[in-house]
Amino acid sequence: MNLRKIFKYFFSDIIRSKWIPVYTVLLFALTSGIIYFSRDGQKAFISLLNIALYLVPLLCLIFGSVYNYNSREFVEMLLTQPVTRRSVFLGQYLSLGLSQTAGFVLGMILPLFIYDFSINAALLLAAGIFLIFIFNGFALLVSNMVNDKVKGVGILIAVWLFFAVFYDGLMLFMFYYFADYPLEKTTIIASSLNPVDVARTFIMLRLDMSALFGYTGAVFKKYFGSGAGIYVSLLILHLWMIVPSFFASKKFKRKDF
Amino acid sequence: MSALKAGIILAAMCLMLFSESRSAVIRVGMSGKFTDVADAVNSASDGDRIVIEKGIYFVSGLNINKKIILEGEQDAVLDGSFLKEIITVTSDSVIIKNLTLRNSGTSYVSDLAAIRLENVKHCALENNVVENSFFALYLSSSSDCKISGNRIAGNSVSESFSGNGIHLWKCSGVTISDNTVSGMRDGIYLEFSTNGEISGNTSFGNLRYGLHFMFSEGNSYTSNTFRNNGAGVAVMYTKKITMNFNRFEDNWGANSYGLLLKDIDNSLIYGNVFSGNTAGIYAEGTNRVNILNNTFEKNGWALKVLGNCYEDTIRYNRFSNNTFDVSTNTSKNANLFLNNFWDKYKGYDLDNDKKGDVPYRPVSLFSLVVERVPEAVVLTGSFLVELLDAAEKIIPVFTPETLVDNSPLIEERGR
Repeated sequence: MNLRKIFKYFFSDIIRSKWIPVYTVLLFALTSGIIYFSRDGQKAFISLLNIALYLVPLLCLIFGSVYNYNSREFVEMLLTQPVTRRSVFLGQYLSLGLSQTAGFVLGMILPLFIYDFSINAALLLAAGIFLIFIFNGFALLVSNMVNDKVKGVGILIAVWLFFAVFYDGLMLFMFYYFADYPLEKTTIIASSLNPVDVARTFIMLRLDMSALFGYTGAVFKKYFGSGAGIYVSLLILHLWMIVPSFFASKKFKRKDF
Repeated sequence: MSALKAGIILAAMCLMLFSESRSAVIRVGMSGKFTDVADAVNSASDGDRIVIEKGIYFVSGLNINKKIILEGEQDAVLDGSFLKEIITVTSDSVIIKNLTLRNSGTSYVSDLAAIRLENVKHCALENNVVENSFFALYLSSSSDCKISGNRIAGNSVSESFSGNGIHLWKCSGVTISDNTVSGMRDGIYLEFSTNGEISGNTSFGNLRYGLHFMFSEGNSYTSNTFRNNGAGVAVMYTKKITMNFNRFEDNWGANSYGLLLKDIDNSLIYGNVFSGNTAGIYAEGTNRVNILNNTFEKNGWALKVLGNCYEDTIRYNRFSNNTFDVSTNTSKNANLFLNNFWDKYKGYDLDNDKKGDVPYRPVSLFSLVVERVPEAVVLTGSFLVELLDAAEKIIPVFTPETLVDNSPLIEERGR
């Protein structure tokens, strides 16, 4: 049995679980509601950005881990077949990521494209896909490490809080306590280490808020707008995607079912 | 009695006839008496009218010291060949109109201009086109002159190697109206000039300021448009300025603003539109200024009011879609904010008097953080920042307690 077949089984299992349709409808309702009720395009876009950056990863973590806990028997059954654990893991990871990407595209990007087809929407799409795969990696990592479902979900919520809130809090703390020092480089490094911040900074700079940033903005724009900055950020996003899922697969390969 | 009356009328008619005969029309060009503008001016006397026909004339260092009218027909071009000033006016009541002037000299010792008015009264510069000059129209120690309908286009590259579009030095009672200035250092510049009226001008794409005031009391500027200038409009060290119905647009960039107020007292800013500027108004040392009925939209900061501003009134303005509405660097507030419309206001109006029942605090915690540490601006839009701002709005701890609109408007006033 090859990877494609395993992927197909997982994918159809996920679709059948009604999570993805509900997720899609939820995103669709939120997106079209925001676009419909907000009179101003830029404001609507910032609200959508918040959904893509904060809500989508949270749903990823919860859905990914809960699905992994619930499909334990299915995985055990699959493992009785002559298949490698690697292909089972990859099948599960890819089908989780791709099904959620499909929901994200249908629910959020499609209405956004219909309303305003722009490079911003494309950037939002790219950011969303990266975040979906990154946080699915985390979901699988934790759910393969911790057998208790409640504990696992709790840890994942802490992971989400770290990336969404605490990390920025630490940055704010750093800004405040080291205000007397030149902080441009540190800021660039700090904000390119957190995938949520990378996505946000990219899109905020695109929205031409760079002028607000004054001198710092010029430094930022130069970094994130130039080739090197883009490649480094993409590299970091890829690392965030690969590293947790790599450890998750390692855990999965040694897991005693 | 009637004989006397008839005598007076007759005398008056004679006088008119006499003055009419004295005011000759001198044509310069292929079909005219002269082919050189300077020769024509030399031969003219007070009250004459010099009409310049179509063509390119090389004119440099021309001094007009008599009361004449210098007028161009279509496509009459005076070219300064980058040598000296093109025209210097040293007589009262000179009118220069419908001419195209280009290529004045450039000097870093004296401020060479296309047309300079030096110590004169009642002159007029109308509907001229000035291209590629160092300074364009330069008025020095002159009064009661009129500058209208001129089109000035420069191609300045750096601030230190370029001059201003319309430059007033120690002037009074000058009217500047319906001019278009672009690509200069400062579009319109006033220093030590009083009681001027500046209206209907468009100043865009200038390197430094669209309009620049220094030590110039009692001027008013109305219905002008300042767009896409290096740093917007600067009004400095002045009092009694009236700024009504202007548009400040797209002055966007690091260290840029729509309107910079520095050491301004007793002035009125009414009915202006600030749109798409990095900072709509940046006020420093601004006292007893009324900022009323203005619209602030799509600015980075709508208002930056520093701690050394006292007794300013900010009332009936409309704030929408600004990243920050008001920012300040102090915890005290000595200005009045009342009855403005804030799009971020989330209060209610139970008694239906169109005014919110809950006060609005336009300074967000995050704007204070950014004021202190500019780098923190990268956190704009972060979930944490929104949480902090929401918490601060409910229980203000860090934001200035008294900087509050106690009665914000619920509905937008007509645009």
